[in-house]
Amino acid sequence: MLCQECKQKPATVHMTKIINNHKTELHLCEDCARQRESFINIPTFSVNDLIASFMDMGQAKPAFEKLSPSKCAVCGMDFNQFKNIGRLGCQECYKYFGDELGPILRKIQGSTQHTGKVPKRSGSALLTKKQIQKLKAELKKAVEIEAYEKAAELRDKIRELEQSQGYSGREQQ
Amino acid sequence: MSWINEKGPLRDVVISSRIRLARNLANYPFPPVMKPQHAAEIAENIRNSVIGRRSSQGLSFMFIRDVPIVERQILVEKHLASQDLMQNYEVSALIMDKDEKITIMINEEDHIRMQCILPGFQLNQSWDILNSVDDMLESQVEYAFHDELGYLTSCPTNVGTGMRSSVMMHLPALTLNQQMNAILQTISKIGLTARGIYGEGSEALGSIYQISNQITLGLSEEEIINNLTIACRQIIDKERMARKALWDANGIQFEDALWRAYGILLNARVLELKEFMALLSQVRLGVSLGLIPKLTLEDMDYLMTIGQPGGVTRKAGRMIDGNEIDIARANVIREVMEGILKTKDIS
Ligand SMILES: [Zn+2]
Ligand SMILES: [Zn+2]
Repeated sequence: MLCQECKQKPATVHMTKIINNHKTELHLCEDCARQRESFINIPTFSVNDLIASFMDMGQAKPAFEKLSPSKCAVCGMDFNQFKNIGRLGCQECYKYFGDELGPILRKIQGSTQHTGKVPKRSGSALLTKKQIQKLKAELKKAVEIEAYEKAAELRDKIRELEQSQGYSGREQQ
Repeated sequence: MSWINEKGPLRDVVISSRIRLARNLANYPFPPVMKPQHAAEIAENIRNSVIGRRSSQGLSFMFIRDVPIVERQILVEKHLASQDLMQNYEVSALIMDKDEKITIMINEEDHIRMQCILPGFQLNQSWDILNSVDDMLESQVEYAFHDELGYLTSCPTNVGTGMRSSVMMHLPALTLNQQMNAILQTISKIGLTARGIYGEGSEALGSIYQISNQITLGLSEEEIINNLTIACRQIIDKERMARKALWDANGIQFEDALWRAYGILLNARVLELKEFMALLSQVRLGVSLGLIPKLTLEDMDYLMTIGQPGGVTRKAGRMIDGNEIDIARANVIREVMEGILKTKDIS
């Protein structure tokens, strides 16, 4: 009889195993029998388990003390739902679950600060947004000290920037 | 023609290198909660953004619901699409280039999952290509992006870069020497993860492993690739040394075992998947050492894809299962191997 595993060498090791009341016989060569005993276990990785286990590591306490779980006002998902499926409902969930997600991200990722690629479109919109904020602050100051000429200049600049942004600069809810 | 038949650096150990990016469109719910109407809009939007542009010649778009079941399975077996994409078949779609290097999955776990896969060890090249695909798409659509958290994904394990870079490796000698456990433990300590690609649960059929980054936030894309590159280079060196040591220590016994595997692969009439992968692994080892000169590494990796259940079923031309698949597999492998050997005898 040839080895059931490699089908190349004679079977010299005969094993009987009972699995779920089912008797199975195994006829292996010495090499395959040895390999079977020290079979490598590769841990399988489940994202849901990972998130659930991190959440049970003490960090969930403040959430339990809340009367109702945090809820995303945009897509309607609440934090318990997220815990169950391990997936967020929309980009705004990151804002509404911010308090709970922070510690989870620190544990899974070791960081909460993105340092990689920035999309040119949203990235430049971001820069423009920041510039507009700065100009608006300057405008307020100019009005306060009654420097109207300067204020008019700033107002035109702001208007120009706001128009240049087009739809991508529109405030997202 | 698929990338699988192209040569690639360090192919003796590395089968392929892949970069995948997760992206979502701004102002749409993520796939786990979106409505079918959202999904349809998103698919249409991305299709119009990609197809028909001068820079995207050779790309084709398909709704998964229009793809025959066997072809869906083959897409998964070739690592061109995921099982999740197939499960969402009612709303999901796929864009693919003719070399099967670039694919864009639409409405998977995220709105967009794009990948570039290249033969051998080419993580940087793969990133360069995918980065420009991402730029092209980004010029057409607005991504969900957060100043601090980066690209927003439906699962927080992908947030930040949204990048999963992975290397598919053939590690028969390290597996035989029972060194894999130690290696897997070591790499998990530096934010990497490894798993067997074929087979279920704890099996790593054919001694084929996928090593990838686990952390996506707080590191730049280049840093992620660099970490993975350093770890993989060490594993490649170890595997090469182990192969040589095995041959040196066992001489003709070692050669005999690999040639026997070759003989069975070329002559078997029934081939179970598990046995097929084990034989393939042995023959590939022989090819990598120049011991079995009639076949190339590209031939071996091609045989690996057509010997998977979907590939065998397609060749058979009808739905088959169980013992029928094992018989069909033996036939397909024998036919293709004989074909390869014949063309080499002529040349
Ligand atoms: Zn055996
Ligand atoms: Zn939400």
